[in-house]
Amino acid sequence: MAKTENAIWVVAQLENGETLGVTYELLGQARRLADTAGQNTAVILIGKENKGHAEQLIAQGADVVYTVLGEEYADYNVELYTNAISELAQEYKPNGIMFGATIDGRDLAPRVAARLKTGLCADCTEVEMGEDGLLKWTRPALGGNLMGTIVCSDIRPQMGSVRPKIFAPMEPDTGRQGEIINYTVKNKVESKVEILKKEPLSTGGKLKIEDAEVVCAGGRGFGDGERFKVLEDLAALFEKSAIAGSRAAVDEKWVDHASQVGQSGKTIAPKLYFACAVSGALQHVSGMKESEVIVAINKDENAPIFEVAHYGLVGDVHVVLPKLIEKIKAYKES
Amino acid sequence: MNIIVCVKQVPDTTQIRLNPETRTLVRDGVENILNPYDAEALETALILKDKYGAKVKVVTMGPPQAKDILKDAIALGADEAYLLTDRAVAGSDTLATSVALAALVKHLGEYDLILCGREAADGCTAQVGPEMAEHLGIPQVTSALKVEFTDGRFVVERETENWAETLAVPAPLLVTMTRAEKELRFASIRGKMKARKTEIPVKTAADLGLDVSNVGLKASPTRVIKVFTPEAHKVDTQIIKEEDVDVAVDKLVEKLIEAGVIKR
Repeated sequence: MAKTENAIWVVAQLENGETLGVTYELLGQARRLADTAGQNTAVILIGKENKGHAEQLIAQGADVVYTVLGEEYADYNVELYTNAISELAQEYKPNGIMFGATIDGRDLAPRVAARLKTGLCADCTEVEMGEDGLLKWTRPALGGNLMGTIVCSDIRPQMGSVRPKIFAPMEPDTGRQGEIINYTVKNKVESKVEILKKEPLSTGGKLKIEDAEVVCAGGRGFGDGERFKVLEDLAALFEKSAIAGSRAAVDEKWVDHASQVGQSGKTIAPKLYFACAVSGALQHVSGMKESEVIVAINKDENAPIFEVAHYGLVGDVHVVLPKLIEKIKAYKES
Repeated sequence: MNIIVCVKQVPDTTQIRLNPETRTLVRDGVENILNPYDAEALETALILKDKYGAKVKVVTMGPPQAKDILKDAIALGADEAYLLTDRAVAGSDTLATSVALAALVKHLGEYDLILCGREAADGCTAQVGPEMAEHLGIPQVTSALKVEFTDGRFVVERETENWAETLAVPAPLLVTMTRAEKELRFASIRGKMKARKTEIPVKTAADLGLDVSNVGLKASPTRVIKVFTPEAHKVDTQIIKEEDVDVAVDKLVEKLIEAGVIKR
């Protein structure tokens, strides 16, 4: 059996019986880190059944896959999952454990860290291997404008949650060798949490902002929800488009929380981003500054949004947007 | 119903600006405020109090000036508030903080529900809530949007990236809030007067029977070894500023066509 003590582990995340992409991304990075330190990689796969996931994980970098399977694991449950992961960690003593920094991943990781009484670094954007297997976790704070590198020197495992879409997965190699260990949890626990309802988040048939190529975002400067709707007309000019808002726009209920851009919402990088009457607070900018082309429209020429925009127009959105929509439409139809 | 709300005083990060030349954060004159997500937790507690009748206790750990947000919470309708302040807990990371806060919660006696904000605006870890729940041995629900009490259980709505869930959990439990059903209310005149008269009890590690070797910097497994501002995001902004809006918009459209982002 491959030596898994001191290995780099990844906790797989399944949804609807499918492994999420972030699992393969973390595994790719775990593989690279483990290789530099001469260590192995392992994945913990918790779910109803294996369905070929373990084999796929081996093909994409895992030396060992621990499976914890059963009907009780069909849906994510923080108590059951924490119990299984902690038991495995206490038995096999990994060097590090990475979780996807998804909402469920960030629900689970701290619970496991507290049980194992170890350190945890949240929402990392970089993980490096230092000397003697010391992992260096780098993460943004204050909306991405300050970065910190954190270590957990004295306690094992070292743990962190790592953002999706940062690391590249390994190309699958079906010839890779690995081991699947079907693990049976010794200390069975029952959850006090009952799922009354679980359904896919409705976007009303609209594209999610993270999937859109053109995002038309509005901020506090719109003043009211009726006037905010002009963004829908702007979005309608483009295929694969969506409307979004700053925290202020969401607080005013002009758009849903699912369409909030920035620190307490989503980080997106569309091909084209319109920031309309968005002042450009750090929190907002951190969620959109990687967009390929940023257009800012704001009547305050000193608004910080202009510092990150490629094209800035100083003017009142209520006057500018109807004209902009009309002129883009005219061009497209010409 | 006994509810404990955990809050944190944070710098108002919306006021922090980045000096584009030096790439340093300008924090001068930035106010300290109630962490925005904790406002969602506090409002949720007050909604539950209005609906079912509850005693709402608000707790924080921090320097003496953190009393300000506790006074504000009393003014809004919280019944009691407690401050944990002690040099022994200074420098705590999330794990050590969660140990200290769990001890404070235990010290206050029986509770049905602990409410926290999803994460703090400064650290953004979202870890202290779940870590507290683990130390207290109670279930947790994170990133919640609504909390109700039905048939002897709490019913909590939460949202992940792709799913909307409704969960039923018996007391006691810990819930972290993304949003409340409505924005945090304003204080009434009577509330403000009550807050002025209310003494905020100050607790030390010793009061809580905390072993000081379990809290503070030395009991924190994580250590920050480097802090830096990320590489400058260099953008060559083309600003259009015209008296005539039509001219301005024409220029913008022209530039966007040139850049290839508007196509026929």
